[in-house]
Amino acid sequence: MTTTLERPQKDQPTSDRPFKQSKRIPAGSVWVVWTLAGLALVTGFVTDLGGAKGFGLAWLIAASIPAMSFAVEGRRKATDRFVTLLVVTAFTVAVIPLVSIISTVFAKGFPVMSSEFFTSSMRNVVGEGGGINHAIVGTLIITGLATIISVPIGLFAAIYLVESSEDSRTAHGLRFLVDVMTGIPSIVAGLFAYALFVLFFGEGVRMGLGGAVALSVLMIPVVIRSSEEMLKLVPNELREASWALGVPRWRTILKVVLPTALAGIATGVTLAIARVIGETAPLLIIAGITDSVNTNPLEGRMATLPVFAYSAMMNPGVPPEPSIARAWGAALTLLIIVMALNLIARLISAFFSPAKGR
Amino acid sequence: MNKTIQRPGDTIFRGTAVAAATTILVTLAAVGIFLTIKGIPGMTASPEEVKHGTTFLAYVAPLVFGTLWAAALALAIATPVAIGVALFISHYAPRKLAGPVGYVIDLLAAVPSVVFGAWGIMTLAPAMRGPYAWLEDNLGFIPFFAGPASATGRTMLTAALVLAVMVIPIMTALCREIFLQTPRLHEEAALALGATRWEMVRMAVFPHAKSGIVSAAMLALGRALGETMAVAMVLSASGVVTFNLISSTNPSTIAANIALSFKEASGLSVNALIATGLVLFVITFAVNFVARLIVTGPNRAKAAKS
Repeated sequence: MTTTLERPQKDQPTSDRPFKQSKRIPAGSVWVVWTLAGLALVTGFVTDLGGAKGFGLAWLIAASIPAMSFAVEGRRKATDRFVTLLVVTAFTVAVIPLVSIISTVFAKGFPVMSSEFFTSSMRNVVGEGGGINHAIVGTLIITGLATIISVPIGLFAAIYLVESSEDSRTAHGLRFLVDVMTGIPSIVAGLFAYALFVLFFGEGVRMGLGGAVALSVLMIPVVIRSSEEMLKLVPNELREASWALGVPRWRTILKVVLPTALAGIATGVTLAIARVIGETAPLLIIAGITDSVNTNPLEGRMATLPVFAYSAMMNPGVPPEPSIARAWGAALTLLIIVMALNLIARLISAFFSPAKGR
Repeated sequence: MNKTIQRPGDTIFRGTAVAAATTILVTLAAVGIFLTIKGIPGMTASPEEVKHGTTFLAYVAPLVFGTLWAAALALAIATPVAIGVALFISHYAPRKLAGPVGYVIDLLAAVPSVVFGAWGIMTLAPAMRGPYAWLEDNLGFIPFFAGPASATGRTMLTAALVLAVMVIPIMTALCREIFLQTPRLHEEAALALGATRWEMVRMAVFPHAKSGIVSAAMLALGRALGETMAVAMVLSASGVVTFNLISSTNPSTIAANIALSFKEASGLSVNALIATGLVLFVITFAVNFVARLIVTGPNRAKAAKS
């Protein structure tokens, strides 16, 4: 404790430092070049120069950074700056189509939106007019049924995985099966539902319930995965404290574990709904499409938003314009629903989750 | 421990949990069994009995080729971009930007496939007509671009581009997670030794993330193989086998073919379609299986558990 630190020798001039400051491009100039490149990119898309030429111009401008760097800073720094350029390019390349998709859907779907669009079905509609009421009703019924089927099964399976037998071989095997189930292509789920329902109702069956079964096949593994993660986050001390007080296992799960993990589970379920609500292929096969409102999932074809958007766009009839416009309207509605569900999931986890931990 | 009281509540609860777990097993078995039962008549049907008028093998072979070809192309386009975007979010972007950008990418992973399909047919395909004509004129000597260039733009390359745009958010999300898990100390050690940021990424981040990137690519491949609507809407298909990317005659994919033909199919043709679905199921199962094996391979199984 008595050691004294040696005083730094103040009289030594700073230029005698053992390391030589290597030459650098000033950071300010780098930012100027990036800004110029960004401006060129935006100009390309806004003016009639064209997106492709704007992109090329921006890239050439930005490429001056590694070139300058090679002249001033040497090969290693230049490589580093070149990779930075590549990474930013990759990001831009990924963002352009995604922005294009969102803006196209909004630009083409928004003009169609009206109260009539949401309140009327396509029954007896030729050409202009009509709406997606029947598709919204069908989507809500089928997705709701799928949720009712999937959540209990998924939740209890997750409880089985986490609470009963963490390390046993059955749990390991079950996890593998869930992984396999996650990879089932959506159209195969639709075919499965069709093959199943044909046994009971005969050839050419189309039914809302079948759509719900197909969606459940896709939804259950998602629910299990997210619920399992959330149940794992519940601290073991809580369970042990409860057992120590003599509370039976099932009451511990019901009253201690589930309430603690509830926000996370609700988030996971919402995201799972968001994932299956946009599924088109299985519903195209088993639920089909119709022009009228059908509220009975056990009887006949049932329109849904994604299938409506698909068939209105691919089989528009004559004249095609109103039908394609309605398809964009349905696509926008679907997109808004999915975004809203994602937002709700975020809000649930932000407001109700206990302190974060990993 | 032998004095543990067995409460009826526990038994019931455990029973329910086991029942739920069994349901998974039964469902998965049912998917396989039902597809097989309904598919076998389609596989053995003679050419006169089905709409496509060929044996099953001749029917499914071009479809399998189209499925694999489209997915492989999509993956080849998407992988470098997704790795770049993930790196951008995890290591390159300013902190304030990285969070929101990551969130937006997650959001885009949830965009329904029918929206991608609509965009592909209405926006991307018309926009690609010019580039395809240019490719035919200037690079026509390469078999991929032999042409004649499609007048609608609804080609294999367009479909692959749409598929790539679809899987980029998924792959990015997975890669970003893995990049963020790089041990902080490894990164700092590399930087302290004087490495530039790229050298740090190459020496610390990539070796750590290698198996993760491969499995992310495999999962994205599984997704691209099974994707139906985007391909069904974008691709103008005929049952040919060709590597030509920009012509108007393209091989269809299994999933898109089912979606397009199911409505008009009847009798044994339905069974044949279900049989192709079974083939698709087997292919995606194999891909996913290999992906999982890479993630939790023998040397990694223990690390993943803890």
